[in-house]
Amino acid sequence: MTDPILKTHEITRFFGALKASDAVSIDLRPGEIHAIIGPNGAGKSTLIAQICGSLAPTSGRVEFQGRDVTGLSTRARSRAGLGRTFQISALAMEDSVLQNALLGALGASGRPWRFFGPALKDSALREQAEDALTRVGLQDDMHKRTAELSHGQRRQLEVAVALTLQPKAFVMDEPMAGLGSGGSKRLTGFLDGLREQAPILLVEHDMDAVFALADRISVLVYGKVIATGTVDEIRANKEVQDAYLGEDA
Amino acid sequence: MIRETHLNLGIIALLIAIPAWALMADEPFIITLMTRAVVFALAAVGLNIALGLGGLVSLGHAVFFGIGGYAMGILAHHAQTYTPLTEWPFLLEGTKSMPVIWLTAIVASTFAALVIGILSLRTAGVYFIMITLAFGQMFFFFAISWSAYGGEDGLSIYVRNGFPGLNTLVPVQYFGLCLVILLAALFLNARLAKSPFGLALNAARQTPARVETVGLDPTRLKLVAFVISGAITGLAGALFADLNRFVSPTMFSWQLSGEIMIFVIIGGVGRLFGPVVGALVFVALEHLLGGLSEYWHIYLGILLLLIVLFGRGGIIGMLCGRERLHD
Ligand SMILES: Nc1ncnc2c1ncn2[C@@H]1O[C@H](COP(=O)(O)OP(=O)(O)OP(=O)(O)O)[C@@H](O)[C@H]1O
Ligand SMILES: [Mg+2]
Repeated sequence: MTDPILKTHEITRFFGALKASDAVSIDLRPGEIHAIIGPNGAGKSTLIAQICGSLAPTSGRVEFQGRDVTGLSTRARSRAGLGRTFQISALAMEDSVLQNALLGALGASGRPWRFFGPALKDSALREQAEDALTRVGLQDDMHKRTAELSHGQRRQLEVAVALTLQPKAFVMDEPMAGLGSGGSKRLTGFLDGLREQAPILLVEHDMDAVFALADRISVLVYGKVIATGTVDEIRANKEVQDAYLGEDA
Repeated sequence: MIRETHLNLGIIALLIAIPAWALMADEPFIITLMTRAVVFALAAVGLNIALGLGGLVSLGHAVFFGIGGYAMGILAHHAQTYTPLTEWPFLLEGTKSMPVIWLTAIVASTFAALVIGILSLRTAGVYFIMITLAFGQMFFFFAISWSAYGGEDGLSIYVRNGFPGLNTLVPVQYFGLCLVILLAALFLNARLAKSPFGLALNAARQTPARVETVGLDPTRLKLVAFVISGAITGLAGALFADLNRFVSPTMFSWQLSGEIMIFVIIGGVGRLFGPVVGALVFVALEHLLGGLSEYWHIYLGILLLLIVLFGRGGIIGMLCGRERLHD
């Protein structure tokens, strides 16, 4: 078995008395899509925030590419190759779609200290940004104001910005949410191919997408991983069915 | 709706036409008023970079305006009294040369903006406003107590400082000099807004979490914006002191910080020519209403209230609508 790219060791996080993460140990291996599922409030976004560095765990460690990154900032983890998408879109709403993608490319270039030439005329950045937008299917909306995008298109733009970073691992928080069945299918197809570029830790409520995509699934309930396994194993798991999947699985 | 570029060109035309008319009609006071407006506009262009692009609500920009003013006052004072600033560790003399004074003003306000920025950017929101305000008060009271340079009374400079090739005592020549500097600052501001730095700063204002996620440091971006902003306002302070041939602690006052912010808000926060429109309107009101009533600020207050309540983009926003996207 190959070494995992991303690994959490017994991550625990309290919000007051609430244990939002309870000794979570998961890993992400090269070439795979590892889906995290669980009911609302299970602690999925909290887990992602700790992996990406915007929230410090109360205890436990995060390891990325064999290195302990628990003490590193969000910025440092991004530069090390973590590409995150947000559950609630964090985009520059007043700017164009292209400018948002360009920001990702600019961050990846590490050269923001240029004050004179127009960013939109930087052909290297622009190529990278347009390429990412085309891959998620936003090529016709590049010059729109981001605030004018539909909810689903914003989700696509989130993914596009992560693509411009050319990360070593993707961490995506509900990229399908609000996408509608057509958009959801499209993005499913896209993520399917993306795992070859970099593995994906995928938090998702859309079970069709999860069952179609995931190599492994971890189920989070009340901050605790109650099961990890292949799609078939998770589907067959009695505890998971009781806690989450219910009768429709 | 008017195209914003057309409006901007119209404003530039106005900045040239009014003094040209005043020159022919032999109205030097109008030229002086226009110079005042242009210098205020420059100060507000500085603030607009921090406020409009960076979202930094600084109520302490009079610090930089005052530093620029005192850079002029101190250097010219030593030159006119033939006393050195210091003899140790090396002899440092005063000067009546504008370029040297400007450079001093820019360097000093850059340094001040760096220190104040580093300390203030540890906070956000109301605390940021309060801490910048507090720095303003600190400098204000320091200037009052600095008796070597006139304390509360300030410093008078008898003859306006010189610029190679110009007679700065002729109002229209000094106006031209200030206008060129303003236009240069606006040009740099326009380039800055579209540059990679501007793109990142714009995003840092709207969504700092995103900026961090792409590996950039939003606080550092804002700090650099604050420093550039302070340097421009500092230069405006030197020009303002030279216009009046006088500098006093009021240049550091919080009222002045407030006025600089009012210029930006009236004209349109984040709009390239917002500071220019705001300063022109302010100086016009000050001149026209100030003659009628001592309490003309009441009318200014009403105007400000209307703009904040009904026209979020200031006058430029009302005339031109939302800002066009860069392409
Ligand atoms: N900053 C915070 N302070 C206090 N409690 C928090 C905070 N963030 C999250 N929580 C709580 O932690 C728990 C886990 O929240 P989290 O957002 O991680 O859930 P989630 O699995 O992502 O849910 P969803 O599916 O709705 O996105 C919830 O009970 C939430 O109320
Ligand atoms: Mg969530």
